[in-house]
Amino acid sequence: MSMDRDISQALLEQVNQALHQGTPLRIQGGNSKAMLGNPLAGELLDTRSHRGIVSYDPTELVLTARAGTPLREIEAALHEAGQMLPCEPPHLGHEATLGGMVAAGLSGPRRPWAGSVRDYVLGTRVITGHGKLLRFGGEVMKNVAGYDVSRLMAGSFGCLGLLTEVSLKVLPRPRQCLSLRLPMGRHQALAELAEWGQQPLPISAACHDGDALYLRLEGGEGSVQSAARRLGGEVLDGGFWRDLREQRLAFFDDPAPLWRLSVPVATGDLDLPGQQLLDWAGAQRWLKSTAAPGDIRHDIDKVGGHATLYTPGPASSPPLPDALMRYHRALKQQLDPQGVFNPGRLYPDL
Amino acid sequence: MNILYDERVDGALPAVDQTALLHALRDALPDLEILYRQEDLKPYECDGLSAYRTVPLLVALPERLEQVQALLRLCHQRGVPVVARGAGTGLSGGALPLAKGILLVMARFKRILEVNPQGRFARVQPGVRNLAISQAAAPHGLYYAPDPSSQIACSIGGNVAENAGGVHCLKYGLTVHNLLKVDILTIEGERLTLGSDALDSPGFDLLALFTGSEGMLGIITEVTVRLLPKPQVARVLLASFDSVEDAGRAVAEIIAAGIIPGGLEMMDNLAIRAAEDFIHAGYPVHAAAILLCELDGVEADVHDDCARVAELLAQAGASDVRLACDEAERMRFWAGRKNAFPAVGRMSPDYYCMDGTIPRRELPRVLKGISDLSTHYGLRVANVFHAGDGNMHPLILFDANLPGELERAEALGGKILELCVAVGGSITGEHGVGREKINQMCAQFNSDEITLFHAVKAAFDPQGLLNPGKNIPTLHRCAEFGAMHVHHGQLPFPDLERF
Repeated sequence: MSMDRDISQALLEQVNQALHQGTPLRIQGGNSKAMLGNPLAGELLDTRSHRGIVSYDPTELVLTARAGTPLREIEAALHEAGQMLPCEPPHLGHEATLGGMVAAGLSGPRRPWAGSVRDYVLGTRVITGHGKLLRFGGEVMKNVAGYDVSRLMAGSFGCLGLLTEVSLKVLPRPRQCLSLRLPMGRHQALAELAEWGQQPLPISAACHDGDALYLRLEGGEGSVQSAARRLGGEVLDGGFWRDLREQRLAFFDDPAPLWRLSVPVATGDLDLPGQQLLDWAGAQRWLKSTAAPGDIRHDIDKVGGHATLYTPGPASSPPLPDALMRYHRALKQQLDPQGVFNPGRLYPDL
Repeated sequence: MNILYDERVDGALPAVDQTALLHALRDALPDLEILYRQEDLKPYECDGLSAYRTVPLLVALPERLEQVQALLRLCHQRGVPVVARGAGTGLSGGALPLAKGILLVMARFKRILEVNPQGRFARVQPGVRNLAISQAAAPHGLYYAPDPSSQIACSIGGNVAENAGGVHCLKYGLTVHNLLKVDILTIEGERLTLGSDALDSPGFDLLALFTGSEGMLGIITEVTVRLLPKPQVARVLLASFDSVEDAGRAVAEIIAAGIIPGGLEMMDNLAIRAAEDFIHAGYPVHAAAILLCELDGVEADVHDDCARVAELLAQAGASDVRLACDEAERMRFWAGRKNAFPAVGRMSPDYYCMDGTIPRRELPRVLKGISDLSTHYGLRVANVFHAGDGNMHPLILFDANLPGELERAEALGGKILELCVAVGGSITGEHGVGREKINQMCAQFNSDEITLFHAVKAAFDPQGLLNPGKNIPTLHRCAEFGAMHVHHGQLPFPDLERF
C-alpha cells in the first residue's frame, strides 16, 4: 500500500495555529541532521506524513516530491531510471527526507564538479510566515521570473518558511565509474589536485585520508579508461564514497569534536591541531580536534574559509560579519515576522 | 502602452528637482562625471529593449567604488530612485530609466582584477564583458561557461543581475551556477560580500537570491566567477526534420539515452530561412525544423556519443544528419543559430523577442498554439529554441511604423507567455522580467506570492529606491493590467480551447 499522502492543508493549519498563538515551531523530517545548528525548543512539526513523488519524467530531467518523502525512496526511483541526484546529498541517517536535504543544503563528494543541492533546486512550495502556501520557481530548467526564493530556501535550515514540496533537476548516471587509490602524502595530493583541476579530466570525487589519495572517475568508457591509465594506482570499491559521504569511515570514530572546514579551491596544506580528512579535492576538510573553537575559526578565516562545528554544541555556525547579519535579520523579519520557524537554529536571533 | 512607469499603478515616486540634485551630487562628488543635458541623456533612454524609452533625470558615470557608495548614500538620504545599468544589452528593459531617477552606469568598472588558474576563478569588476573573461582565462586552458548570445557586448554585472543563460545551460548551468562571490552595495551604501572564495558560505544563500534580482536589492560592484577547463573537443551535429514534433521527440530520446549535450538548439522553418539567408551556414531551407546538437568533452567520449546521437536522430525521423567535418563548419553551424535574432531582424523592420520556458514535452502543443496566435494576430513568428532546457525564443515580426502593429505584437507576446505559464512553464528563462514582462508576472504568480516578493525587497530596500517598477508588479498593476491568473495547473483561459 502506498504511503503517499498530501497533508499540506494540515501543515498549513498547524502553521496558522502557531502564528495565531505565537508558538515557535520545530520543523523535523527524519531528524538525521539534528547535530547541526543549535538545539531547538518549540512545538514539533513533523513533515514525514507529507510524502510521495508527485511527478517524475526522466526525459524532462525533473523530479517533484513532497518534503517528507524519504531520500532513499527518491534515490531508488532515480536509480531505476538510470538517473541520480548529482549533488550526492549525505543522508546521515536512514530516515533522511527530501525537505531535510534541501533545508540543510549539504552536498556530497561530487560537489566541486557537479554543483550543490541549491544548484539543483528548480522550484518549491513553501508555507510562509504569513500563513500562506505559495509556489516559487517551477519544473523548468530556466526560470528567472521574480526573486529566486526557492534557492534561498536551500541551506536555510527551515528558518525562513516550511518547505512542503521541491522540484529538482536530475541527471543521467554516468556510463562508467571507476575508483582509484593512490598512496601519497597530503601535500603532494593537494599539489596534484590543483594541477589536475585545470585539465579536462573526468574526476568526480577526490579524498585524502592521510595515507592515500582516493579518486573517482566518471564519464564515458573512453575518458575513464584513459584517465585511469594515466593516473595509475589500485582500483578501489566504489562503496568508499558512500562511507565518506555518510561519515562512516574510521576517521569519524574519533571522539574529539568534528569540524567541517570549507576553504577555497587549491588551498594548500593546513597545519591544524588534530586529525584531518580531505574531501572535495581539498575544498572541504574534516577536522577532529579538541582545540579551542576560536583558534580553529581564526586559522580558517585566514585562508578565506569558514568552519562549522558538526558536534552538538553552542555557536556551531560560523559567525557572520555585522552588516551581513543585519540584513539576515531584516530578511527573517520580513519572511517570518513572528519568528515561528525554527527560531535560533542557525543563529540566536534568526 | 502600459509598459512605461505609471505612478498611478506602479506607485508614486518622490519628486526630485534636477538642478538641486545635480548641485548636491557635485558638492559631494566633485570628480564624478554626471550627464544632465537633454542631448547627453538621450543615448541612455533605453537598453536592448529599444521599443520603450524614457530619458533619465541624470546619468552618473562613476569610476571608483567610493563614488558609487557616496552616490547611493546621497540618493538614500534624499529619496532619489536609482536604476543601475551595465552594457545596456538587456532585452527586458531592466535598465529602462526613470524620468524621476538617476541612471547609475557601471560600464566604466571594466578591470579584470585577478585570474587564478590554480583556484580556477576570475575576480572582475562588473563592467567587464562576458567574453573578455573567457579570453583572459584562455591562456590557462580555462573559460567561463555561461555564454549569452550577446557575450561580446554584455557585462558580467548585468549577467549576474539577470541570471543570464546561453546555449550551454543544460550541461553547464546558468550564471547562478558559475559564481563564487559577489560584492554589492546596498542602497544605504553598505558593502556586503555574498558567497565566498570557498564553495559555500555561512548563513542564508543571499548569493542565489541576488542573482537574477534585476538591480532591485543592491548594486553589484565585484564578481568572482568559477572557471572550467576547456573541453578537449566539441563536435556538432545538424539534423533536419520534416516535422517539429519529430525534432522534439529526438530531444527527449537523446536525454533518455543518458546523454547531456553541451548545446541542443532547435529552429523552425522561418528561423532557418532567415539565418541561412544572412549567414549561409548551410542550413536545409526546406526543413520544418533543425536540431543542432553539440557534444563536448574528452575525445573518446565525444566520438562515441556522436555515433549514438546520430543513430537516435535517424530513429526519431531525421531526414538528414550531418556532422560538422571541421572546426570551420562547426563555427558556421553555430553562427547561423547565434545570429538568428539579427537574421530575423533583416526580414522585418522590427521584431520582438520572447523568452518563455516550458516543460519540453509540451513543445508540440505550444508551437501549435503560437502558430494559431500568429494567424489570429496577423503577425509572423519565427521560433528559436534552447531545446535542451525548454527555453523558447519566439520572435514576433512587426513594423512599428504601421499604426497598431507594436500593440498587436505586445498583445501576441503576452498571449505566448501566458500560454507558457498555462502548460507549467515560466514567462522568462533568461532575459528577465524587467519592465517588459511586468504584466505577465501577474499570470505566473498570485497576489500572495507577489506580496512575498515585495517583502524580500523590503528587507534590503524598504523605501523602494532601487530600480522601482521592475521585476515585481504592484498588486494595483495586476488588478488593472494583469492577465487572468493561471494557477495550480488549471488552464482557464479560452484561447487554449483552440489549440
